[in-house]
Amino acid sequence: MACVGTGGKMKNHYRCFWFLMFLTVFLIIPTGSAFSGTGAVSVDSGGHAWWFWPVILFFVTFVMGIFAVLGGVGGGVLYVPIISGFFPFHLDFVRGAGLLVALSGALAAGPGLLKSGLASLRLAMPVALIASICAIAGAVIGLALPTNIVQISLGITIIAICFLMLASKKSTYPNVQKSDHLSSILKIYGVYYDESMGEEIEWKIHRTPVGLILFIVIGIMAGMFGLGAGWANIPVLNLVMGAPLKISVATSKFLLSITDTSAAWIYLNKGCIMPLMVVPSIVGIMSGSIVGVRLLKIAKPTFIRWMVIGILGFAGIKALLKGLGI
Amino acid sequence: MAEIKTIDESVLENQYRYASVLGKGMYLGLLALLATFTIYTLGLLDSYIPFEKLSSCWNMPVSEYLHLNHVPQGWGWIKLVGYGDFLNFIGISILSGTTILCYISIIPGLLRSKDYLYTFIAIAEVLVLVIAASGFIAAGGH
Repeated sequence: MACVGTGGKMKNHYRCFWFLMFLTVFLIIPTGSAFSGTGAVSVDSGGHAWWFWPVILFFVTFVMGIFAVLGGVGGGVLYVPIISGFFPFHLDFVRGAGLLVALSGALAAGPGLLKSGLASLRLAMPVALIASICAIAGAVIGLALPTNIVQISLGITIIAICFLMLASKKSTYPNVQKSDHLSSILKIYGVYYDESMGEEIEWKIHRTPVGLILFIVIGIMAGMFGLGAGWANIPVLNLVMGAPLKISVATSKFLLSITDTSAAWIYLNKGCIMPLMVVPSIVGIMSGSIVGVRLLKIAKPTFIRWMVIGILGFAGIKALLKGLGI
Repeated sequence: MAEIKTIDESVLENQYRYASVLGKGMYLGLLALLATFTIYTLGLLDSYIPFEKLSSCWNMPVSEYLHLNHVPQGWGWIKLVGYGDFLNFIGISILSGTTILCYISIIPGLLRSKDYLYTFIAIAEVLVLVIAASGFIAAGGH
């Protein structure tokens, strides 16, 4: 009975998301037509009705949400290079929307991850303090620099992320012989229940000072480019600091809810938030993620991962060329 | 593994409290965002920047866009919240402000358990986020 109940609940959950998804599209298109119908059809510089790009944005972010889950990357890292490279929106608005997309995903996942014990608040808090201060600095720098410089740097960063994804290894249970002094003072250790193994796993971390220094760089990049920083958080938490992979993935996702909040406020206060971009993107990527989770059972992760790296590489090159004016 | 100590009950308590506030804030923010977006796109309230005009300036740098449309920076949007487009900022602000409330909610628990180091971290994080939200940090334009 419990199973049936859970299944029913899940079905309602999916129905709710599908409803939101179609609501978003159908809200944009008919109102777009209605408003255009008041006079001559208004078009943008590319010759499209005003609602054309937000609708396309919704569908692209929906697909992006699927690939993000299947490829094991956050939505933000795909969003900024792809939308800034192939859509008419200025990079300032794309970065603002990118942060809110990553933030919404992290906020949605955060409560469950914390309650399950997979995300560790104690591990996240010191890291988040450093990363959020640096994300603010990154946002200020990113908004002060000329667009082409940011676009070039974004292109280089995205291409570097591709190499990082290709080269980085993961360690499910890193061998941490002894906690370092700082993590002992901060009492960063824990226990979680690993369902796949059916046992409780105790964990602790090491090399905390090195990890915290690396989060300075991660924070600056997250704020500067409006990227969610899961691609960097996970290797640092897992490979450098020695947190188990599941703890690293979950804490990284939760961490984005803090880091991206600080940078998002800077973009929000600067006026870089356009609701007509933000809402279709958030609903699109969240709906796509729901579908992605369902497809995860049948998809071939290695192939999808290669595909995501390919798409990212292409978007990175496009961003680089756009920045260079080519 | 002998080094592992028992997880303090108060640590879990704070984690659950944080999760609970985070969950409520997230739902409230998303709900507000969808409700206000519906009002905006259905045209139930006038838009400060008409859709047609918006599509002709979303490819501009933000400074140019703000200047052209006379859009205020920082919390100036509150004065324009009667317009459909700026109404959406209520949901966006709730989503962006939830983390601040989460941190505030765990400070009493941290103090009760005499966890002064994490109390300091939590207060520092609240200050950082409040300063970011305040609009006092001037970001340059281009």
